Amino acid sequence: MKIAVCIKRVPDTETRIKIGADGKSIDESGVKFVPNPFDEYAVEEALKLKEQTNGEVVAVCLGPDASQETLRTALAMGADRGILLKVESLPQDPLVVARALAAELEQGGYDLVLFGKLAVDDYDQAVGSMVGELLGLPSVSAVTRLEITDGHATAQREVEGGVEVVEFTLPAIVTAEKGLNEPRYPALRGIMLAKKKPLDIKDLELDEGGIEVLELTLPPDRKAGRIIGEGAAAVPALVDALRNEAKVL
Amino acid sequence: MPGILTVLEQRDGVVKRVSHEALAVARSLADELGCEVHALVIGPPGTDVDGLGQYGADKVLTSFDDELKLYQASRYGQIAAEQAMSGDYTAVILGATSLGKDLGPRIAARLGCPLTSDVTSVSGSDGVVVTRPVFAGRALYKLKITTTPSVITVRPNAFTPVSVANAGALEEVSAGEGVTASVARTVEVKAPENATLDVAEASIVVAGGRGLKEAEHFKLVEDLARALGGAVGASRAVVDAGWRPHSEQVGQTGKTVSPNLYIALGISGAIQHLAGMRTAKVIVAINKDADAPIFKVADYGIVGDLFEVVPPLTEAIIKAREG
Ligand SMILES: Cc1cc2nc3c(=O)[nH]c(=O)nc-3n(C[C@H](O)[C@H](O)[C@H](O)COP(=O)(O)OP(=O)(O)OC[C@H]3O[C@@H](n4cnc5c(N)ncnc54)[C@H](O)[C@@H]3O)c2cc1C
Ligand SMILES: Nc1ncnc2c1ncn2[C@@H]1O[C@H](COP(=O)(O)O)[C@@H](O)[C@H]1O
Repeated sequence: MKIAVCIKRVPDTETRIKIGADGKSIDESGVKFVPNPFDEYAVEEALKLKEQTNGEVVAVCLGPDASQETLRTALAMGADRGILLKVESLPQDPLVVARALAAELEQGGYDLVLFGKLAVDDYDQAVGSMVGELLGLPSVSAVTRLEITDGHATAQREVEGGVEVVEFTLPAIVTAEKGLNEPRYPALRGIMLAKKKPLDIKDLELDEGGIEVLELTLPPDRKAGRIIGEGAAAVPALVDALRNEAKVL
Repeated sequence: MPGILTVLEQRDGVVKRVSHEALAVARSLADELGCEVHALVIGPPGTDVDGLGQYGADKVLTSFDDELKLYQASRYGQIAAEQAMSGDYTAVILGATSLGKDLGPRIAARLGCPLTSDVTSVSGSDGVVVTRPVFAGRALYKLKITTTPSVITVRPNAFTPVSVANAGALEEVSAGEGVTASVARTVEVKAPENATLDVAEASIVVAGGRGLKEAEHFKLVEDLARALGGAVGASRAVVDAGWRPHSEQVGQTGKTVSPNLYIALGISGAIQHLAGMRTAKVIVAINKDADAPIFKVADYGIVGDLFEVVPPLTEAIIKAREG
């Protein structure tokens, strides 16, 4: 099987967010960037499928030059080669991102393209499903279980109050949810090998699409709360506050 | 005349509350822009569409077929996109549920238009402007949508349904083509072993963390949730330990919830957990460590051993609700 995995470079989730001087983006100084956590599930699934069926795993990233590092992580985990679609900056409009990725993926002749469910910076949860529609391929999002035999696939996705079971045929698009697998850590040998694996860089120019950033702000602090008291003795006061002050009972 | 299209979500033929919230957003946007709200209901024949006018719809469009009982992504996408293209719609609005987050991008891709997801405010006074949390709730974007149409998904529990005096005239629309595996086909929805209220939809959530010490002790969480008529949530630590299913996990790699009341029992309040619940209207924390970060976001806190505090709390809630 020939499998592509789309991975994004994002700020580490522990990073303290500071707003940049333009008031529209984050201040990237001192920010540690990592591969998007959901994309690690996608890479792991691709590697597992490759181990079963042979073939090739290609990691694709749209982002600034520093995304080479992100791709190297996927290569160190075991992907065979990387493609960087290099841009100065990423637009807010997910359709612009989806179109750029779809144009690249269309040429690859992949049996399966894996995405993360969601990028933890923009929180769109959109690009995978959009690429599916743009390429006219079956696509299933937020998948926690995937089985593939002879070009036929069954996936499970958790929805409110149940688990949806979806059947489809390859080629197809799948986006990975936590629970699909446990991503492996790159071993030292993998990290060494990754340095020699091919990484194609293609320059791209993107338009802004239909979304203009007016501002990026920190969320208002929650109004300072109060400690009602200690231990079981505080229970009556808590119930009273919930009932008469917060009015939630 | 332009309008706002709302794509409603039904389960077992009943329209969900989140769709009433989406209608409220559509109504206020339509009032600002001076246009109509159309509600598109995709589902099985017999889906209950009574009263949607009162929730803000000027017109209720029904697309019914037996095969549409379950969410068929491609066919739902086709029906919604065709409707969106047939009218002069400024925006297409859906609830940001697992269905809405899958369907919204498909509609946007078919229309070739922008999508903003999980928004927490929408205004139409100066073009369509939305606010949405990003970076796991640690920052907020204010975005202007510069083209029409656009697709917007709205965060559950962030908006309140309205009540207006609309008739909501019914009209049937096309139900599209049949579904095959070459477009992906949903064959079943497996119900969880004990059908419970989903944490993402509940207006009250009682969540437990590692402070519970053992899976069995989650009975304390369940009892309190039952007393309040709420759902059970969990931190990642207890999901990873196998005490609770992933479907209950709240946080960055779990669900984002905005209930009216969130009670955290034995949860420290790690940044990734806060990402999933910091927009709850009222937060209560019970933790034996007075310095636990959860107290920084809690409206009310009790410092103490949850094993001593929770049983009398559950008792007191049962009494308070009876009285
Ligand atoms: C990429 C990434 C994604 C993540 N995603 C999530 C996510 O989606 N959701 C999530 O929750 N976490 C997530 N985490 C994990 C997160 O960082 C924390 O490890 C986790 O939330 C801790 O869970 P906890 O609060 O239950 O446990 P702990 O941090 O161990 O806290 C237990 C708390 O219980 C208290 N306690 C102990 N005994 C008692 C008692 N008898 N009575 C009262 N209080 C008591 C302690 O004082 C302590 O504060 C993520 C981490 C990473 C790196
Ligand atoms: N710039 C990008 N480069 C590569 N993949 C991306 C990019 N943006 C998004 N993706 C993929 O799409 C998924 C969903 O992203 P999003 O819709 O932005 O939340 C991510 O988990 C990635 O797999």
